[in-house]
Amino acid sequence: MKYACELKQSTYIALWFILLTFPIMVVKVNTIENIIVWRWINIVGVGVGAFVLSFFWQLYLRKKMTSQQTAPEKVSILNRLIENPKIYRPALFIVGIFALIFPAVFSHYQVNVMTTALIYVMLGLGLNIEVGLAGLLDLGYVAFYAVGAYSYALLNYHFGLGFWMLLPVGALLAAFFGILVGFPVLRLRGDYLAIVTLAFAEILRLVLENWNTFSFGPSGISNIPRPGFFGINLTPEQSAIYMYFLLIALCGLTIFVTYRLQHSRIGRAWVALREDELACQATGIDKTKAKLTAFALGAMWAGMAGVLFAAKTTFINPASFTFMESAMILSIVVLGGMGSIPGIILAALAITLLPEYLRVFSDYRMILFGAALIIIMVFRPGGLLADRRKQYKFHQPDAKEKR
Amino acid sequence: MNFFWDLFLGGLTRGSIYALLALGYTMVYGILQLINFAHGEIYMIGAFSALIVASILTMQGLTGLSVLILATIATVLYAAAYGFTVEKIAYKPLRQSSRLSPLISAIGMSIFLQNYVMLAQTSDFLPFPNLLPQSNFLDSISSVIGPSDFIIIVTSAAVMSALTLLLKFTKMGKAMRATAQDQTMAMLTGVNVNRVISRTFIIGSALAAIGGILIASHVGRINFYIGFNAGIKAFTAAVLGGIGSVPGAVLGGLVLGLAESFGTGYISSDYESVFAFALLILILIFKPDGILGRSSQQKV
Amino acid sequence: MGNILEVKNLTMDFGGLRALNNVNLHIQRGEIAALIGPNGAGKTTLFNCLTGIYKPTAGDILLYPPDGKAKKISGLKINIITELGVARTFQNIRLFGGMTVLENVMIGRHTRSKSSILGAIFRPPATRSEEKAIIDKSYSILEYMGLAPLVNELANNLPYGAQRRLEIARALATDPHLLLLDEPAAGMNPQETNELDALIAQLRTDYNLSILLIEHDMKLVMNLAQNIFVLDYGEEIAYGTPQEIRHNPAVIKAYLGEEADAEVS
Repeated sequence: MKYACELKQSTYIALWFILLTFPIMVVKVNTIENIIVWRWINIVGVGVGAFVLSFFWQLYLRKKMTSQQTAPEKVSILNRLIENPKIYRPALFIVGIFALIFPAVFSHYQVNVMTTALIYVMLGLGLNIEVGLAGLLDLGYVAFYAVGAYSYALLNYHFGLGFWMLLPVGALLAAFFGILVGFPVLRLRGDYLAIVTLAFAEILRLVLENWNTFSFGPSGISNIPRPGFFGINLTPEQSAIYMYFLLIALCGLTIFVTYRLQHSRIGRAWVALREDELACQATGIDKTKAKLTAFALGAMWAGMAGVLFAAKTTFINPASFTFMESAMILSIVVLGGMGSIPGIILAALAITLLPEYLRVFSDYRMILFGAALIIIMVFRPGGLLADRRKQYKFHQPDAKEKR
Repeated sequence: MNFFWDLFLGGLTRGSIYALLALGYTMVYGILQLINFAHGEIYMIGAFSALIVASILTMQGLTGLSVLILATIATVLYAAAYGFTVEKIAYKPLRQSSRLSPLISAIGMSIFLQNYVMLAQTSDFLPFPNLLPQSNFLDSISSVIGPSDFIIIVTSAAVMSALTLLLKFTKMGKAMRATAQDQTMAMLTGVNVNRVISRTFIIGSALAAIGGILIASHVGRINFYIGFNAGIKAFTAAVLGGIGSVPGAVLGGLVLGLAESFGTGYISSDYESVFAFALLILILIFKPDGILGRSSQQKV
Repeated sequence: MGNILEVKNLTMDFGGLRALNNVNLHIQRGEIAALIGPNGAGKTTLFNCLTGIYKPTAGDILLYPPDGKAKKISGLKINIITELGVARTFQNIRLFGGMTVLENVMIGRHTRSKSSILGAIFRPPATRSEEKAIIDKSYSILEYMGLAPLVNELANNLPYGAQRRLEIARALATDPHLLLLDEPAAGMNPQETNELDALIAQLRTDYNLSILLIEHDMKLVMNLAQNIFVLDYGEEIAYGTPQEIRHNPAVIKAYLGEEADAEVS
């Protein structure tokens, strides 16, 4: 039999996992009434699950090992689809129409959900500049998001400044905070940088939680005004639709700007920095400048998203800015494909919308993210929709044109 | 003076636990140059397994020392098995990848394990029985040092001495140190590197589990999230002492524990974790090799 | 003609270890010079000092660009030294593996172009023409290096010899006056080495370069270099033309040990 070896292995592995997960999965201690609940049925679940997963795990791992030796690069079907003008042009058109009529067709609640999803699109694209392009693994991205949200809430509370004034201010403050974090980490190796950014974000969150006179502590700030519309008072429904279109527009802006940056002299410098820091400097790129611009330009979008988040929910507190939030945004980037704008948009929408519409996903959301991060790293480090380098065309007669 | 002594003891207790956990980080980093982000989760799983095993045993009518011993053995075995499995799933397939891939995978593993325990058990805090033994001797010294403080400090010291002896004098310890020095060279001289890595994870996880039981008994309650903070602090301790160095991890753990204890005692308790995080940032930026670490020159 | 580079009393310590001791070196404008010596002699360390990767413990490195006055480059940042006209390749090839061949060379043009963040976003005509110039220049360098058919391949997927040439192409794109090649022939077969020999000689005239190369392939060195420096244990033990070096007893001793009396071939 072709898969005999894998099947045998999987059986052993399933048994191993039954043993391994036995205390946690089967036994449940009720410490108040001092009784133990035995959930034997879970053994079956673990056994079957582990068997199936390990079977496919081994199969794919073997496939990966052999394919690495034979064919180095294969373009996925998904990639080929979105690169084909005959397909992506009409698809974009349909998506555009759908985005425009969405609020008219769907309920107030759905519009709100979609608005949240769009905030994550913006966050994902921003983090992509740092992680995907420049290779700076920022585990504290949520700090910039918090800076944006709190600058809107606090500046509005103390000085009565309006949304439109504070949207750029929040973005700039976050960018400034990005530079502030960026400076000390310039010399650090990749993994140390990750930990330091995480520590910065945790410090900021703890300060927000404990410095009551400044940030109102864990109870947060409520009654943050929604954006005004030429001085007209909007009902909550109208306001939600207004927020939705605002986000559509600003996401469009984000996509446009990040695309242009990625395919510019600066974007190339970022990617070179990611690929080989030393060679990048020896080729004449100022490492300091490249890293700081990546931090600032990445943080800027988080700041803007923070202002929008505060304006949308009208209430913020430090609990919205935990490490899990950073991990979720990182999952969007890794899952979508580091450096790949369409991939990240799709991943952001999937990660925020699936839990809303499929209850299974909402309970198991974080555990699925965790599993996805591992699986993507092992089997598809480029993500679902891997970034592909731009192909330049030449019209010199001796240049071999590709496609 | 009394207040000072209390803070000192509290710091030492806390520091011993950090040291136990930091050893796991430092050994793995020494060999794989990987921040094992899921290490704190092993400690959390250790605490949960201990609670479950101890409850089962108690309900079978066992009491006292026998519960402690059986629960400790079971927990150490389980945690070691988890450490072993985590390495095989999340890190082994990524040996040849870039430096960030295993770190992202480790973060994924950490999130996965946290939520696994939360979903399978509970998201609430569970009361943890005090498993530590009572004795006349401990009662007699309780005016100077709390019984659980005493046990934690003594146990950690014993475990860490055992580890040091193991690394120094056994064949396995030599293979581990050789692999940390130079993986390729170790492989050429006949060391089975994969086995060494597995054993490193097993030993590190066992230490984390012991830390988990001790702290859970001391604090008296656990939940699925205790691994995250403890993990970051233990990592701080490892870096503080000089990552890759075993005595460094112990020293770093104690220094961090004392610093936190005095910081919260004399400055403010609201910012307890802020001290640790700030310390972490300062060391990584200004002295990334730590107190006892070797300085490393980048090869070109 | 004058010198393009002068190294004066250069010393480099790592902790207690002295990797370079009082090294003096000068490269004449337009010459091909070679740096040879046994493994561990400090050749790559010297390159790393010249390109700013290491900060020398003592001594000066002076660069004389064709159009300006002497400039002390020791202690400057790596990218500034590249900007001043010193480019290099690495012993163990360091390409941007996930980028295309063309992009690798385009990175080399970075220091010679200047469009900003706003330029990148709004793409005014100045940025567009600069971008076009970068592409054209990069392409012409690749064509020169015989890599034109591979422009859109990922650098990682190139065969070994092509990777070596791509690294030189990337260095050329920074418009250097002085090119440092760290073992360019390492791992090449005799035929590839011969091609490289011709290529380096051609490069010097076509790109108006001075070249310093580290190489173990003595045939290549003797063919190409006008002058040869020999390092051993961080000290300069000989300097001269290939003829002189060939018969220098100190060099023979360094390479073959005490009792040897054979010639370095």
